[in-house]
Amino acid sequence: MQNKSRNLYLIPYVLWIILCVVAPILLIVFYSFQDIHGNFTLNNYVNFFTPVYLKMTLGSFWYAFLITAFTLLVSYPTAYLLTKTKYKQLWLLLIIVPSWINLLLKAYAFLGLFGKYGFVNAMIETFGIGPYQLLFTDFSFIFVSVYIFIPFMILPIFNSLDKLNQSYVDAARDLGASPFKTFVKVIFPLTMDGVKSGVQVVFIPALSLFMLTRLIAGNKVITLGTAVEQQFLVTQDWGMGSTIAVFLVLIMVLFMILTGNRKRGL
Amino acid sequence: MKKLVQAFVLVIAVCILMMFWVNQLNSSKGYTGGNTLTVYNWGDYIDADLIKQFEEETGISVIYETFDSNEAALTKIRQGGTSYDVAMPSEYTIETMIEEGLVLPIDHSKIPNLKNIDPRFLDLSFDPGNKYSIPYFWGTVGIAYNPELLGDDRTFESWNDLWAEDLKNEILMVDSAREVLGFALNSLNYSLNDTNKDHLQEAYAKLNKLHPNIKGIVGDEIKTLLANGEAAVGIVWSGVASEIIWENESVEYVVPKEGSNLWFDNMVIPSTAKNIEGAHKFINFMLDAEVAAQNTDYVGYSTPNKAALEILGEEVSGDERFYPSPELTEKLEVYENLGKEMISYYNELYLKFKMK
Amino acid sequence: MKKKFKLSNLYLIFVFVVLYAPIFYLMFYSFNEGGTMYDFTEFTWDWYVVLFEDTRLLIIVLNTFIIALLSAALSTVLGAIGALAIWYVKKNYTKNLLLSLNNVLIVSPDVVIGASLLIMFTFLGIKLGFTSVLLAHIAFSVPIVVLMVLPKLNEMSPSLVDAARDLGANNWNVLSKVILPYITPGIFAGFFMALTYSLDDFAVTFFVTGNGFSTLSVEIYSLARRGVQLNINALSTLLFLFTILLVIIYYFISKRNARPTGLEARK
Repeated sequence: MQNKSRNLYLIPYVLWIILCVVAPILLIVFYSFQDIHGNFTLNNYVNFFTPVYLKMTLGSFWYAFLITAFTLLVSYPTAYLLTKTKYKQLWLLLIIVPSWINLLLKAYAFLGLFGKYGFVNAMIETFGIGPYQLLFTDFSFIFVSVYIFIPFMILPIFNSLDKLNQSYVDAARDLGASPFKTFVKVIFPLTMDGVKSGVQVVFIPALSLFMLTRLIAGNKVITLGTAVEQQFLVTQDWGMGSTIAVFLVLIMVLFMILTGNRKRGL
Repeated sequence: MKKLVQAFVLVIAVCILMMFWVNQLNSSKGYTGGNTLTVYNWGDYIDADLIKQFEEETGISVIYETFDSNEAALTKIRQGGTSYDVAMPSEYTIETMIEEGLVLPIDHSKIPNLKNIDPRFLDLSFDPGNKYSIPYFWGTVGIAYNPELLGDDRTFESWNDLWAEDLKNEILMVDSAREVLGFALNSLNYSLNDTNKDHLQEAYAKLNKLHPNIKGIVGDEIKTLLANGEAAVGIVWSGVASEIIWENESVEYVVPKEGSNLWFDNMVIPSTAKNIEGAHKFINFMLDAEVAAQNTDYVGYSTPNKAALEILGEEVSGDERFYPSPELTEKLEVYENLGKEMISYYNELYLKFKMK
Repeated sequence: MKKKFKLSNLYLIFVFVVLYAPIFYLMFYSFNEGGTMYDFTEFTWDWYVVLFEDTRLLIIVLNTFIIALLSAALSTVLGAIGALAIWYVKKNYTKNLLLSLNNVLIVSPDVVIGASLLIMFTFLGIKLGFTSVLLAHIAFSVPIVVLMVLPKLNEMSPSLVDAARDLGANNWNVLSKVILPYITPGIFAGFFMALTYSLDDFAVTFFVTGNGFSTLSVEIYSLARRGVQLNINALSTLLFLFTILLVIIYYFISKRNARPTGLEARK
């Protein structure tokens, strides 16, 4: 009956997909079968299943997971508290604005803040706690990554929470549920879509972080992104680089299947 | 719906206004006119006043674009779609560019100031006869260290001093396979162009023993990190060292006696250049003694221009840290193009080393 | 009750402090005579003065904003269409397929996107510069808009659409009067995220730009080798303050235009 209008939306969108997603994917798959001289080879794929790359994959996964988890932990309460404030749109915008300052500059600022003679160490020294090695550690890497991703997680969760019908919460409380139970059984499930969105928008890019791994972690953390960067630019081995990219895409697809819509859909 | 449309229209309107403004600025600076020269260089690698001087003297407007790594610049130039008139890549990239036909031969008759360049830096392996490139800046790879932080007066005469037990977590390194494997090879008295896989495995094994001492493998931020004392020792390029010393006088720089890398940033004319005449004029201009002296003063790296050195005086040219003695210079090696497979092998070893 | 109030406020304040700490750090050192970001010697306006004479940097800043705003606006439109397209698809399999394709660009390292777009552009004969950068930015911003708009569509109760249809609304009305107003927060979220992606992007822009066109990100990353001068700090400070000013102005305007609803009208 009304089927015609639905197809219309697909036209521009699928066009974008073909041009900007399918074409590059085909290119990457094409390159992944080439060796360094341009001849056909399956070597790249064989290479990927060596300890070096497998370890890297696990490492990327683990760090992306940690970053996403911590970002969620910090962002959800923040989003929730924001919806309760008077000027919530203003505060929301103010949360986003710092993300528009260039990443490299912010990284330099963190180098200054977390340095051996930096601000944070100076502060805690006044309390008598000795200076700590903050830079080039897992801690600082995860901290700065979470910092970068916070606005991305807050926005969708805020949107979900904002439209949450307060009467559901009131009803739950009226029926005797504790605040904790209300949250777990009512609020959180109703905001699941926002949370899923946020998790996708953080986890997926976090798999291929490479700037921060160098700037903050001093390459003590190596992700798949680091390897791709090196292969593409330094070694000029687009074959291997593309292969790693293919695996990144496959991991993402797996992630989407695990967290995506399954039985829903009218 | 109305709110959305309003917002959309507002954004587009603002953009159009800004586009007019940019257009106005571009034409006021002559970028849209016919007489332009596009220079593709590292960021902040030239005294901006010199560009103005060149523009005034020749009437050519200079469009300046920047890159942050040789590989990225090479990829851009190789793909085409851009037309750079002059570029300043490093020597190993130039070698690849010559092989792939990405650069034009330079007409030496149009570069009379070439006589100002120290002949030691001409006719090198990566560009025999300087057919395609003219030296811009050069330097070495060495060890920058802070005696104050180390608390003693050791001087890192040898690469092997880096493996000292008491340097736990004190060393920062630049993120580059050839530099890292290079100094490891040097420490074993091998050449840093070594293609013998046994030697390379030896170097790799030795590097793994260095892990406890390594604080991090970083990029350009190594300059800030060493200058503010985050680490006591760093393996850096001489140019970076000179900048660190400028910010923190207590830092020292030394090229170890086993030898090291001699690097060059040279000016080339990419094959897609549009203003070849202008490119030659620009190169000749940069080689002028006074211009080179002013540029060296601003950039702080070592100049290959002996006429400029005379102007800069003994204080600069006699500084052995950045103008090493002829004996030491003999031991310095320029990177050779080891071929794709060897480079791939180097990088695989390096990646494995980083992973540990 | 009062105690709970204080604790939650404290948490928010803490989050804001952490978010703004690096920004204030940058702003603080933009006044540093010493030229470094760790050793404050003397207060000076020099770095700001230098900015005003730098036409080249001004052109770059303007270009950056034009690209950011334009690509964000256009990708928001395309992304909203995309979200609607996915939402209307009934089969779960197709939905998941489209979503996975959507997210390919988010998971791909910038280098890969940059390199493949560069190859495509040169193959199609598109000249590198403003156009190629704009197209590239639109390309990688669309996925994030989709991800911001889609949850709002999913949350929307289908009975809203049904009710509108029952009341006689045609397709256009359903779209403009029911769906779009409901998902507007998602659209704005998508716009701001697209803006962030565009402003921060370096690698993709670097690969697809040319002919003298440069953005602030490319410029800053290229400066890293020699050291970022404090005039960049000064520039960032100015841009930051300008943005805050815009945010505040926008907020006051929208507050004044807000229609009084019930209780508020009494004030």
